Amino acid sequence: MDVLVCVKRVPETGARILLTADGREIDTSYLGFTISPHEECAVEEALRLVEAHGGSTTVLTLGPAAAAEQLRNALAMGIGAGILLETDGEEFDPAATAAAIVDVVRERGFDLLLFGNEAADSGDYQVPVRVAATLGLPCVTGIKGIEIEGGLAVARREAAGGWEVFDVPLPAVISVKEGINLPRFPSLPGRLRAKKAELETHAPQQQAPGLEKVRLVVPVEEPNTVEILGNGPEAAPRVVEVLRELGVVS
Amino acid sequence: MILVLVEPGELSLEALTFARGLGGPVEAVGFNEVPDGLGAYGVSRVHVVGLAEYAPGAWAQSIVALVRELAPEAVVAAGSDRGQEVLAHVAVRLDAPMAANCVAAQPGEPWLVTRQRWGGSLLEEARLHGLVKLLTVAPHGVVAEPAAQGAEAAVVEVAPDLNDDDFRVMVSRREEPAAGTVQLGDARVVVGGGRGVGSAEGFAALEELAALLGGAVGGSRVVTNLGWRPHSDQIGQTGARIAPDLYIACGVSGAIQHMVGCKSAKRILAINKDPQAPIVARADYAVIGDLAEILPALVAELKRT
Repeated sequence: MDVLVCVKRVPETGARILLTADGREIDTSYLGFTISPHEECAVEEALRLVEAHGGSTTVLTLGPAAAAEQLRNALAMGIGAGILLETDGEEFDPAATAAAIVDVVRERGFDLLLFGNEAADSGDYQVPVRVAATLGLPCVTGIKGIEIEGGLAVARREAAGGWEVFDVPLPAVISVKEGINLPRFPSLPGRLRAKKAELETHAPQQQAPGLEKVRLVVPVEEPNTVEILGNGPEAAPRVVEVLRELGVVS
Repeated sequence: MILVLVEPGELSLEALTFARGLGGPVEAVGFNEVPDGLGAYGVSRVHVVGLAEYAPGAWAQSIVALVRELAPEAVVAAGSDRGQEVLAHVAVRLDAPMAANCVAAQPGEPWLVTRQRWGGSLLEEARLHGLVKLLTVAPHGVVAEPAAQGAEAAVVEVAPDLNDDDFRVMVSRREEPAAGTVQLGDARVVVGGGRGVGSAEGFAALEELAALLGGAVGGSRVVTNLGWRPHSDQIGQTGARIAPDLYIACGVSGAIQHMVGCKSAKRILAINKDPQAPIVARADYAVIGDLAEILPALVAELKRT
């Protein structure tokens, strides 16, 4: 089976988020970049499915030229080929992102298109559904288990502590959540191969956004006073007193 | 009119409270199990679609049919797995944009919305276009409150035209959770562990404390990545969002990605050996010291009294 996995370059935010002077972006001058944990798991899942069933793996991203770094990281883990939809750095909204992906993957005959459940930064929850609908493919999101049985992907989603199971006919679009697997680390030969790999590059067209960002705001943290109940095991009686005041023990 | 997708649970009551704040009348659409008492949350009419099992395409197409019939200004859903998924399907069927995880909105043309990014550690102000506005409400981004003047909601059964394509993806079977387990998302008390717990075995003390308090055990991303706990126990941006009366954070440093998962707790008690850990500054109560000594003392004290 031929599997495409889509990822998004996002900054590695620390304990505090700083914005650029115009308030439209995160100030990334001192930050590294990564992809969301959900997407790391999507990359791993693509590798495992193809190791088990044969076929090819391709990673795709939409982002600035520097997003080649995230493609190469996926290649270093073992993904076969990389596609960069290169933007000028301006964010695409979910509809524009989906349209750009569809333009490039339409005639390629992928059996499975994997995404993370939501991007770590914008958290829009829509790109996989929009891609699937435009391609006329079935789609299921938030998946934490995939097995291929014949022409079906048996996909499991957590629901109220149990599981709901979907039998999805292939080809299909599936978005996954962290926890579906534990991603591997890149190997040294993988890194060397990734460094030299040719990336396929396209320049997608931006469209007028339907969800139009005005600015970003760091939420004001309410002032907080912590009451230190004590040090070490001697604090136990005071803790139980507080638990009683809160009504969590009778 | 604002049409709200309702599912059982607190998140839909938050979505109804959010929708009421937009000004117009509020109607609801529900599938299979529709919660009672929606009138108290300001709903005038509930449209009930009888579908035996969850199918995102069929739910979305039913909402699209109601949008065409009733012409609401906006469709609002909770930021639950199903809410996000179904509204995204509605968006693509109506060729409309969608704003996920909103905490505020101001109708107009376009609408001005404030939505969460990075799990809530950053907010975005945006203009939302489209003939019908589609919004999901950030889980616990709004406090659920009944309307000042509630009334009985009228119930209307609807049977929209659906085709086979709408059922291409449908739940084919379920596996129920083990009886008696307390879900993280519903627990009144959550005992969470971080790297400071030290090992998978170290969680036995947290389990014991949680059992005494009728609570659930969770962990940080470090803990689930190390395999000390299953991923389903993760509290944070890529795990569960919890909103208990009390969250007891044991050996958790308090990274931003963890805090977005637990900030809706009414009270936080941090137990940590480092008084400078970020979690301590964000907690209501703290005990400073060694978990391995404090937890057994606390369990003994609870059993004694």
